[in-house]
Amino acid sequence: MFSLSDQIIDGEALKASMLHSQAGAFICFEGWVRNHHQARDVRGLQYQSYASLAEAEGEKIIQEARQKFDVITVRCVHRIGELTIGDCAVWVGVTAAHRDAAFMASRYVIDEIKQRVPIWKKEHYREGSSEWLHPNA
Amino acid sequence: MVQVKVLYFASFQEAAGTASETLTVENSLLSLFEQLKTRYGFKFQSSQIRVALNGQFVSWDAEINDGAEIAFIPPVSGG
Repeated sequence: MFSLSDQIIDGEALKASMLHSQAGAFICFEGWVRNHHQARDVRGLQYQSYASLAEAEGEKIIQEARQKFDVITVRCVHRIGELTIGDCAVWVGVTAAHRDAAFMASRYVIDEIKQRVPIWKKEHYREGSSEWLHPNA
Repeated sequence: MVQVKVLYFASFQEAAGTASETLTVENSLLSLFEQLKTRYGFKFQSSQIRVALNGQFVSWDAEINDGAEIAFIPPVSGG
């Protein structure tokens, strides 16, 4: 399950939602807002999405992960809106019977999301300017 | 000619000065993008971006229907 959220991500609640009696491994990846980008001081950022396409593409990635790896549950929540330093920007959780599949599936999900899902980050810099990021262009 | 709604995101939205607009266009995603790139000064070539039609990624030669929703997707930066 993939979703977008304009509210603070509650990692503990998400983790609790992953509990499963067949799960022997739970891997969680959280992407956090850090205070710098390539030597510039960042004071916060904004995420914008093309919501309907982002949800469809995100869900596709989750289903791909479920097909490629022997996992039980795969879940991802991505923030949109204004975030400050330390906020959780993206949460990926995977349960599996064994750790290898959980590690691989979580890595797959976050990597594909960064490549394919129409979400954009605008960094607000401490000196006052802001900039949309379009990597690998 | 067909009437379409074009959506703009991120730096495209900043350059266009709007999140969306309704336009009457020829039936070609590529020529529409080239026109908009010239009009608004988008910093990307068509080969660097993706295009979505009615909420789905499509190839540049996809047919535009009347009333279509078109979004040009500059390189993404989520995560």
